[in-house]
Amino acid sequence: MTSFRLNGHEVSVDVPDDTPLLWVIRDEIGLTGTKFGCGIGMCGACTVHVGGRATRSCITPVSAIQGADITTIEGLDPAGAHPVQEAWKDLQVPQCGYCQSGQIMQAASLLKDYPAPTDEDIDAVMAGSLCRCMTYIRIRDAIKKAASAMRGEPSNG
Amino acid sequence: MIGRIVAAVAGIGVAGGLGVLAYAWHPAIAPIAPPASTAFSTASVEHGRVLAAGGYCAECHTRRDGHEGAPLAGDYLMATPFGAIYSSNITPDPETGIGRWSQAAFVRAMRQGVSRDGSNLFPAFPFDHFTHMTDGDIADVYAFLMTRPPVHSVKRANTVPFPLNVRLLQGGWKLLFLHPGAYRPDPAHDAQWNRGAYLAEGLSHCGACHTPRNAMGAEKAGAAYDGAPVDNWIAPPLNGTNPTPAVWTEDEFFQYLRYGVAPLHGSAAGPMSPVIHGGLSELPESDVRAIAAYLASLDQATGRQGGDAARLAAAMRTSTRDLTGPQTDPDARLYAGACAACHANTGATPVPGRPELALNNALWLSEPTNLYQVVLRGINAGEGQAGIAMPSFYHALTDADLARLAAYLRRTRTTLPPWTDLERKAAAVRATLPAPPVAASH
Repeated sequence: MTSFRLNGHEVSVDVPDDTPLLWVIRDEIGLTGTKFGCGIGMCGACTVHVGGRATRSCITPVSAIQGADITTIEGLDPAGAHPVQEAWKDLQVPQCGYCQSGQIMQAASLLKDYPAPTDEDIDAVMAGSLCRCMTYIRIRDAIKKAASAMRGEPSNG
Repeated sequence: MIGRIVAAVAGIGVAGGLGVLAYAWHPAIAPIAPPASTAFSTASVEHGRVLAAGGYCAECHTRRDGHEGAPLAGDYLMATPFGAIYSSNITPDPETGIGRWSQAAFVRAMRQGVSRDGSNLFPAFPFDHFTHMTDGDIADVYAFLMTRPPVHSVKRANTVPFPLNVRLLQGGWKLLFLHPGAYRPDPAHDAQWNRGAYLAEGLSHCGACHTPRNAMGAEKAGAAYDGAPVDNWIAPPLNGTNPTPAVWTEDEFFQYLRYGVAPLHGSAAGPMSPVIHGGLSELPESDVRAIAAYLASLDQATGRQGGDAARLAAAMRTSTRDLTGPQTDPDARLYAGACAACHANTGATPVPGRPELALNNALWLSEPTNLYQVVLRGINAGEGQAGIAMPSFYHALTDADLARLAAYLRRTRTTLPPWTDLERKAAAVRATLPAPPVAASH
């Protein structure tokens, strides 16, 4: 039995200790916003927050997050209106959309570490989040737009 | 003439042997009726609880292999170069534990490594450190242990072969390597330093893992805290030979020992996690601060900090190497995909929660052991920095991938010579993991 908090709610799951957190989130709990991409921690589609840090859930055994705080895309903001999500909508970032919940979770975590990220900061941290539609330029723009919004600066677009 | 010399040498040998025998032989101490829990004061039991945590009693006296044993009931497997040794049951069970041990018998075990029945204990039990504790502290640990629930549990038999299993021979070991007696404060240092020395050298026995051992299994004199292999990890050097770019200052040691993460070094992992989270976390903050001050003194941190800023800056400049712009080096691309999202630092100092590999012991030690261990196992939310986790790359990276990553990081994030034979070593570390920690994810 592993217990943790998921999007602010206490949950306990009775699964083998080595079950990937991603499977628990999607199959046991039924939150399907977090996506399966490569299964080996190389694409970023499964990114959630563990203790506020972006973490690849497909290779994190559930036993490793006993007692931790997990946030998925569903819990990032109660109204789905986190500044990163707002910027994503404003700039129409997604194309096919499959990688986007992982991209958004990684970006939200990036902005906590680097509130005014440069292109280099974004590239260094986001390089592990792959987008098969190549929306990278819009992702970068949206991260900067979200950063401005979070700093309380007026939007110019 | 030759005969007389031979006779004299033989005589000296016999006399010496008898001397060791006299030293090695101890009488049994009479068993007692197990004391009632009311025989101990609440304050003594509580202080004993804190000390037992700070000495990690439960860590080596609780079975972990196969199944989880009852706390303090012993049977913990210690794989020594001399064979398997299983720890003793130290719950107050009268038959299988220490229920019939008087306080005098317990004090003798801690000070001299002698069991109640008079037999010598193996130095896998670090009595060479516990001997430095005060009478009062040993009495409080006794009070704590004797008030635990008794657990009837017989340990498995040791596999130490003859003649090493002759416990009388331990007398010779003690004659050579045991320096019995409570810690005597060094008047050249202040009270905090002496408190730290008392804890580090005695109760918390740091040297048991961090000092290399000689052929007889004793800590090497003259190599204190030089670092040593332990349980398929490397316990890094704690003295001036530690190779990381940032000096282990008192504050770095304190952050690490109190919270499991040092800002300019990284997280605790592996066998060090329970030392911090199950052990030192129970000590008062002032005690952990004292240990930190003592270790920083051993490390000569104050004198070495001069070059620190330059080395730190140089290391930090390597953090984002190869991460921006077009990249065709496959090793750099592997790093960018698998590691950089969490480990890239673009600023002058690491962001908290974003451990900087260029500053981490794992890249600067003589072998890639700890790097491989952490990458393969990951770090649980209860280990290292509490509440965050590193995934396990056990199924994600092959031994060849691990070797490429290790070679790349050593080449680009340190100034040290390359590691050798990396793929074989990756396989060797993987083979030490008891079971694949992650189910195949697809």
